[in-house]
Amino acid sequence: MPDVLDTHVGAAAPRGTGRTVGPFALAPTTVPDERAARRTLLDQVARLESELSQLFCSTWPRTHMPRPQVAGRGGGPRLLSLEELEELRDELAGRVADARRALSDRTWVEEQNRRLIEEMLLEPERHKWVRVSHEDIGEPGCKHWHVRPRWSFIGMLMGWWRVVISSGCPLAT
Amino acid sequence: MSELDLVDGWVEPELAQEFPQLSLVHARVKVHPGPSPREVKQRLRMLADRYTGGKVVHMRQDPVPWAYRVFSRQVGIDPDTDRTPVEGVALRRLKHGGLRSENVVDDALTIAIAETGVPLIALDAECVDGDLGLRLARSGETLGDARPLSARQLVIADGQRPVAVVLGEVGEDAGVTPTTERMILCALGVKGVPRISLEEALWCAAETLYT
Repeated sequence: MPDVLDTHVGAAAPRGTGRTVGPFALAPTTVPDERAARRTLLDQVARLESELSQLFCSTWPRTHMPRPQVAGRGGGPRLLSLEELEELRDELAGRVADARRALSDRTWVEEQNRRLIEEMLLEPERHKWVRVSHEDIGEPGCKHWHVRPRWSFIGMLMGWWRVVISSGCPLAT
Repeated sequence: MSELDLVDGWVEPELAQEFPQLSLVHARVKVHPGPSPREVKQRLRMLADRYTGGKVVHMRQDPVPWAYRVFSRQVGIDPDTDRTPVEGVALRRLKHGGLRSENVVDDALTIAIAETGVPLIALDAECVDGDLGLRLARSGETLGDARPLSARQLVIADGQRPVAVVLGEVGEDAGVTPTTERMILCALGVKGVPRISLEEALWCAAETLYT
């Protein structure tokens, strides 16, 4: 046990030499093999790119979402260094997280709007003049739900409210 | 049309180690550059009609275009800025409302890329010296006479010099010209793209050229 406790941490003693090595051991003369690390990084980049693509497709047809973009490394297609691959991986991971958060926030708002439509249909008099469009619920098209009085002023005075659903986009001229 | 003689290009060991499934398949074909015949123009029109906004948006999740997006990313290209060839064709279609006919060679490449998703390039066979393959650019090398290449850039090269940048432009001294009589069609293969797709792309382009 004492010989174990006496061993210096960080000092690699050559086995079988019978001598101790000080804290300033010789630097390794072999180049570290980066292949495994590079392969792992390339796989991670592939997976993150896949997630980014999925998120991009999930945002469609929403047009006002921020586009997650990761700039190229410059210099055309080339073999990236280990540091560059790490930077790329980190940047992609950051963008994926940002995009996921933005989409999550947006879909939460859309869910609230869908709920609002349900409430408007159930109790139009409690949602006077409220208007929800397809864009508000993340759908393509120009359709909208609008709470309006039946028979104009008479409806307003009598409290006769209803939800009018538009017929969609106007025809292109 | 006679059988295509498909040849596998060499890949530099360092590159093969990094991207084990990287490949270059090429085939020599006879060509008469010029305007496209009516059938090819019609095929382009039909191809253009198949594109919709939703399809283009979701194209990046299809296996073959996705594989090239991933490869672009892994070699330091942003595929949303420098589009992969198949996405480039789709974007051109959306911007111009159709696929314009340019000449029979470009049209054949466009059709093959759009149909299969595999990037293709065409080289003048007379300007290529030796076997084609993939390697890293050496310091001081240029593409053509003027375009400098950055060190360790991925290039398609013959026995002497780089003739094209991978997923990029073709050197002006190796590209197809109106006087070209024989050309080499090259298809780039990456991880996730089966060889049959590369063969299909080459066949598709050759078939269009012989229409």
